[in-house]
Amino acid sequence: MHYAFHFNVVWEHWRDLAEGALLTIRLSALAMTIGLAVATACAYAKAAGPSSIRWTVAAYVDVIRNTPFLVQIFIIYFSLPALGISVGANEAAVAAMVVNFGAYGTEILRAGIESISHGQIDAAKALGLTRLQTFRYVVLFPALKTVFPALASQFILLMLASSIVSAISATELTAVTNSLQSTTFRPFEFYFVATGLYLAMALGFRAVLGGMYWMVFMRRQHL
Amino acid sequence: MPILELSGISKRFGTHVALDDVSLTIDTGEVVAIIGRSGSGKTTLLRCINGLEVPDSGEILFDGNPVEHSRAGLRALRREIGIVFQSFNLFPHLTVERNITLGPTVAKGLSLAEAKQRARDVLRQVDLEDKIAEVPLRLSGGQQQRVAIARSLAMQPRLMLFDEITSALDAELVGEVIKVLEKLATDGMTMILVTHEMGFARVAADTIVFVHHGRIWEKGPPSRLFTAPATAELAGFIDAMLPVDAGVAHPNPLIEQR
Amino acid sequence: MNRTFGIQEFLYILSAVRWTLLLSLVAFIGGGAVGFMIAVLRTTQSRVLRWLTAGYIQLFQGTPVLMQLFLFYYGLAVLFDMQVDAWPAVALAFTLYSGAFLGEIWRGSIQAIPRAQWEASACLSLGYLQQLRFVILPQAMRISIPPTVGFLVQLIKGTSIAAIIGFVELTRAGQLIVNVTFQPMIVYPVVAALYFAVCWPLSLLSRSLERRIDADLGIKRHL
Repeated sequence: MHYAFHFNVVWEHWRDLAEGALLTIRLSALAMTIGLAVATACAYAKAAGPSSIRWTVAAYVDVIRNTPFLVQIFIIYFSLPALGISVGANEAAVAAMVVNFGAYGTEILRAGIESISHGQIDAAKALGLTRLQTFRYVVLFPALKTVFPALASQFILLMLASSIVSAISATELTAVTNSLQSTTFRPFEFYFVATGLYLAMALGFRAVLGGMYWMVFMRRQHL
Repeated sequence: MPILELSGISKRFGTHVALDDVSLTIDTGEVVAIIGRSGSGKTTLLRCINGLEVPDSGEILFDGNPVEHSRAGLRALRREIGIVFQSFNLFPHLTVERNITLGPTVAKGLSLAEAKQRARDVLRQVDLEDKIAEVPLRLSGGQQQRVAIARSLAMQPRLMLFDEITSALDAELVGEVIKVLEKLATDGMTMILVTHEMGFARVAADTIVFVHHGRIWEKGPPSRLFTAPATAELAGFIDAMLPVDAGVAHPNPLIEQR
Repeated sequence: MNRTFGIQEFLYILSAVRWTLLLSLVAFIGGGAVGFMIAVLRTTQSRVLRWLTAGYIQLFQGTPVLMQLFLFYYGLAVLFDMQVDAWPAVALAFTLYSGAFLGEIWRGSIQAIPRAQWEASACLSLGYLQQLRFVILPQAMRISIPPTVGFLVQLIKGTSIAAIIGFVELTRAGQLIVNVTFQPMIVYPVVAALYFAVCWPLSLLSRSLERRIDADLGIKRHL
């Protein structure tokens, strides 16, 4: 092996890398929040809506889950201007991530909703709650608690997939790493460290999500 | 010579003492029913006999030889001691026939033809000859349990263990399994059963062993133990096992019918 | 001079499907071999081996696929001071990626077999290898088929990322056509439709296999 490692070059640019990581985290957090809202709405629509809406949601979920994320990004990036919305690459990236997460989240939530025993729903109906109220007060919270691990894993997958948005020049860690390694001619060192950063972020996300689970679900006595 | 001798068996799980200095001797052909409340240690006792649990202290002699807890030792032991579980534990991906022939062919070296013949014989014993090609999932609980008994019988064991084998069955399916047990008893099989079926225990067992808090509280023939329990704990247990609607004309299986 | 998207352009994209499929197949088979070893090593007595394989899985499941590709393609070329062709680098990267996922799936399948099956077969005097051969592995293999097919879908979609390093498969072919026709809103949906045509039947197959195998083995899946 004739290669001499020059990790010091990477350390010289640590600020840029840290900024890139923060951008990834911001991007992912934003997409997760909106994506969860979308998934909740779609899961509810699939459970309680008229059959035309149910069918539309099912089609949306199946299309997203059977096509590559990169192609989805391209389609959204190029279609938004056509619809008259002129946005930057970062906004398009968030939109693509929301659309993508929404589909997977819908499936996960749907499984959680189905796990709620019918007895609970019958009791709510007997108390005179509307379908929406039943969903909001009786079904959603326990369903979220049940599927939280699966959702957490999907969140982390979303954060890892954010690296792909570098393909449309959105600014996040991968894009930063790409430009840094191309100017310093140290691809291995930069990609190695960036991979380590992603790994650290994945572990960090898992810890934060675990803490959220505890705070939201474990402290309430009445569940 | 007794076929099984347990002396000073103790076993604890963490801080919970499951068995405390238990000693028991069983003769060939004897039918022993182990009774007691949940958590009294009776299942742990049974599982120690064929090595599914390893006692912390004490000795187990099978046929006069100490039980070796090595892999080879346990394999040899389990060719002689069969067990039937509460949840049948049949192999769902195999037919009834293959469930039964697996042990004899793989562990006892029988040819497939011999094993198949043996399968037919044991299925006849449990009255399920026509189900030989069936898959376990298509059978009722009682049928699956009888197949499980047949599967153990096919190994031609000298001692059979039964771990609450009717507890998971619907009430109307219990009878067919009890019938098989009664027949096995009359045919002379040495049997140790952990059971809640007091009626069966009273009629078919030679010895009742009452386990309480990990110790053998009382031991003796059913005629004595059920009609004249010596301890308050056994009396209380028998009381608790009485049919609930005692006011209705319901024969108490523990009391002699006139 | 611009071309407009027509039959010729479509056929070019269509012909690129075979590279996607070929890459997926190579990675799936190679990954299968790796995954089998991983699954076996994960259950050995040696703590070191178990820890190493767990680390391998965490590495490939906890970092972006794009980073893995970059590391293999750019990093290794510089590291070993040789020209690394796109094909071997990409095939290797996706093989190791598949190995991690398949290893986890297969290990999980073995662990899903109830302990009672181990006990019942042990009580029939079967040895460890005999237990695996006659009782455990036959059931584990059946259980593992639906998630394995599901992973194949994930792999086929994942190969699209190779486009980012210029590897010509379906997505890259789409990019090339967009570069000459400037009609991304026609090309990319076509590309997506082709992925869908391959992935969706596999997804349906995985779901129907799961229902049938669950019924055969008497599994009541609750979540």
